Amino acid sequence: MAQESLARKQPVRKPLDGVNVLDFCWVAVGPMTTKYLGEYGAAVVRVESAKRPGTLRSAAPFRDGVSGINRSTYFASYNANKMGITVDMRHSRARELMLRLAGWAHIVTENFTPGTMEGWGLGFEELRAVNPGLVMFSASMMGRGGPMERQPGFGPVLSSLVGLTNLTGWPDRTPVNPYGAYTDFIVPRFAVAAILAALDYSRRTGEGRHLDLSQLEASMHFLAPLLLDYTANGREQGRQGNRDAGAAPHGVYPCLGEDRWLALACRTDEQWQALLNAVEPEGGPLHGDSFATLLGRKANEDELDGLVARWTARQGQRALMRRLQEAGVPAGMVNDPRDLFDDPQLQHRQHFRWLEHPEIGPYATDRSEFELSLTPGSLDTPAPLLGQHNAHFLREVIGLSDDEYGSLERDGVLE
Amino acid sequence: MAVSPDDLLLGPYRVLDLTDERGLLCGKILGDLGADVVQVEPPGGSPARRLGPFYGGDPGLDKSLFWWAYAANKRGITLDLEHSDGRALLERLAVSADFVIESFEPGYLDGLGVGYSRMLELNPGAVVVSITAFGQDGPYAGYPASDITGMALGGFMHLTGDPDRAPLRPGFPHFYLHGSAAGAAGAMLAHTHRALTGEGQRVDVSCQQAVARTLAHAPQIWDIEGAVLQRMGVYRQTSGENRVRINWPCADGYVNYMLQGGGVAASTRALFQWMEEDGFDVGQLQAIEWENMGYGRITPEVMDLVVGPMGDFFLRHTREELTRESLSRRILLFPVATPSDLRRHPQLAARGYFTPLEHPELGTAVDYPGAFIKGGDGSAVAGLRRRAPLVGEHNLEIYGGELGLSGDEIESLRRGGAI
Repeated sequence: MAQESLARKQPVRKPLDGVNVLDFCWVAVGPMTTKYLGEYGAAVVRVESAKRPGTLRSAAPFRDGVSGINRSTYFASYNANKMGITVDMRHSRARELMLRLAGWAHIVTENFTPGTMEGWGLGFEELRAVNPGLVMFSASMMGRGGPMERQPGFGPVLSSLVGLTNLTGWPDRTPVNPYGAYTDFIVPRFAVAAILAALDYSRRTGEGRHLDLSQLEASMHFLAPLLLDYTANGREQGRQGNRDAGAAPHGVYPCLGEDRWLALACRTDEQWQALLNAVEPEGGPLHGDSFATLLGRKANEDELDGLVARWTARQGQRALMRRLQEAGVPAGMVNDPRDLFDDPQLQHRQHFRWLEHPEIGPYATDRSEFELSLTPGSLDTPAPLLGQHNAHFLREVIGLSDDEYGSLERDGVLE
Repeated sequence: MAVSPDDLLLGPYRVLDLTDERGLLCGKILGDLGADVVQVEPPGGSPARRLGPFYGGDPGLDKSLFWWAYAANKRGITLDLEHSDGRALLERLAVSADFVIESFEPGYLDGLGVGYSRMLELNPGAVVVSITAFGQDGPYAGYPASDITGMALGGFMHLTGDPDRAPLRPGFPHFYLHGSAAGAAGAMLAHTHRALTGEGQRVDVSCQQAVARTLAHAPQIWDIEGAVLQRMGVYRQTSGENRVRINWPCADGYVNYMLQGGGVAASTRALFQWMEEDGFDVGQLQAIEWENMGYGRITPEVMDLVVGPMGDFFLRHTREELTRESLSRRILLFPVATPSDLRRHPQLAARGYFTPLEHPELGTAVDYPGAFIKGGDGSAVAGLRRRAPLVGEHNLEIYGGELGLSGDEIESLRRGGAI
């Protein structure tokens, strides 16, 4: 009795305990969105195809260089805390099963080309008919409707389409993409906020909502002031490397070692004086009149950068960062992927969590970038093996009978 | 068309937004979803108002386009947190706020006696979101930060830029935007708990971690393969020694085409088909087993075979030709777009994305980037309702109309410097 009441007093509570998510998302933007939901307590079930597994399942890196459908660590990272079932969505009985699961779900998520879910008879109206409070989240490259709704694509090219590539690079060279499928990592925070807002709306009103997120439209909020500069002023900005109109020096400077760099920024007089005292405590060329004001430093920025670089190049990046930070100059070493694991701040925040995967072994995945003081999230289980939870989920969670489950297996609805 | 808050998802909720330029987007997202956001600024106006570009190139307090972009949908009041009457007003406003958002250095609000523990004391259901460079604690928590140092420490810059030059940041400052957007996600998680239990809490966001989460599988490639991805300029390193080219010059600008196989091999084959129609010999290229080359599996040898003829092919065509034809052939090619391209984009136009907002004091309307999400039937679930506030624009409405202060009291507060 005493033990029981103690257990009741200290439940492990998460904000999405009891929230069920039927997740058709694939590649990166969708799975990163639903990873947050799983980390904060939702029961997330990935619906996959064994015949046509998602792109990420065949994506490197693989432990020991050995590929395999359950061995992609890229997939494993974005699908922690989720269950997985394998269904042949083209099977005539798939719809009946999915409608039953839609009755279990509070949220259905998908990021197929618009029209795919409708093609399976699983559009929002059909799902809502079995579950009036359902929230359905649909993400696509450019949104539903319109002449380009079915244009295929994915994150790496969207950086170009949204205008970020054209801004990124050196003024004298071809623009470069911000690293990776960049917009795939911009969109999920907007998506999580909207999905949970729709869940709140559904709980208050009993009415479900269908959300239509265009990755292009959401990502444009990451350069909104520059879009206004065009719509209001007719002006288009070009590439500036690492420079900033309101600060000098402002850039990335070489340090001792191969491909080692330190970023620093002097926006205020105090920051500039602090840097000056660090670089030339005994006086020197940086004390000249041409560098005394921001406008002077901007006008002579190439020379300024050269002098700063000559000084940084003789020093180790980590020690120099500490020294400048303690002097009040914003400074940050350019962390490479290996450095991230050694970064004292990320370590303190326990940014990486290691999960034990039956085929990969231990692998690192990143936790959410926020801490909730009362109901923290946690990543507890590795990504599902293909079809791992068919029996567990459908029989124990959904409650299919032996006969029902057996017939789905026999008919090939389950792959 | 500007929308009414009643249809939007967060219509019943109030946000008290204390952030400066480092956190404005968080409240903007909640405001777009329908929340009533009260933006609190120091009496001289938010420092975000000093950020360009500016309307008409005039760096006036009410003409910052950064402010316009990220304070739209908010009402604005002024309040001096370092003034005891200012803090008393803040406490009164906090009682009715569902969300409080702040982006001060860790400990600043606590030092003034209005940190999150005080907020929760006044309002046990409050969700208090704190957005800082590194989070509230840890060895870097007290360090000064800026966009570029944060993008460096988050691991992003190492992977962006040309290999023979310094690492690069994206061409618009994103460090705090990542953290601010994450703050909105965290706020809604905490809200979901509060809606069932009445319990508020703190959401402590680290912008550094938000950036570190944008690195796709780069950390896993180190963890699993012991390899450090390098920046590759117009190329993209996909795994180990493997890389694919992304950015290509064309006849009149640049296009983006990422060579891929695996599940999207059809796009690659369709492009070779078009090249063949253009007179290129692609027999050797079509013979490659693209279907077996999933992400990260195209080798340098394969890339070297492709890059010459493909580059020559793109240089023969304009951006517009390449984009239009690729759409009909289902080739995954896109223009390297500029704002003017976006303003004319047929899909954005068809969806009514750009939204005009009136600026009556300037006698003009300006087209804004619109709702970041819509209803599946085209209805509004989020959207723009009002332009960003002028300095202190809603002082009377909120201090008089909502808190019930008299005209004399408001005048005293103003003369005393509290508002």
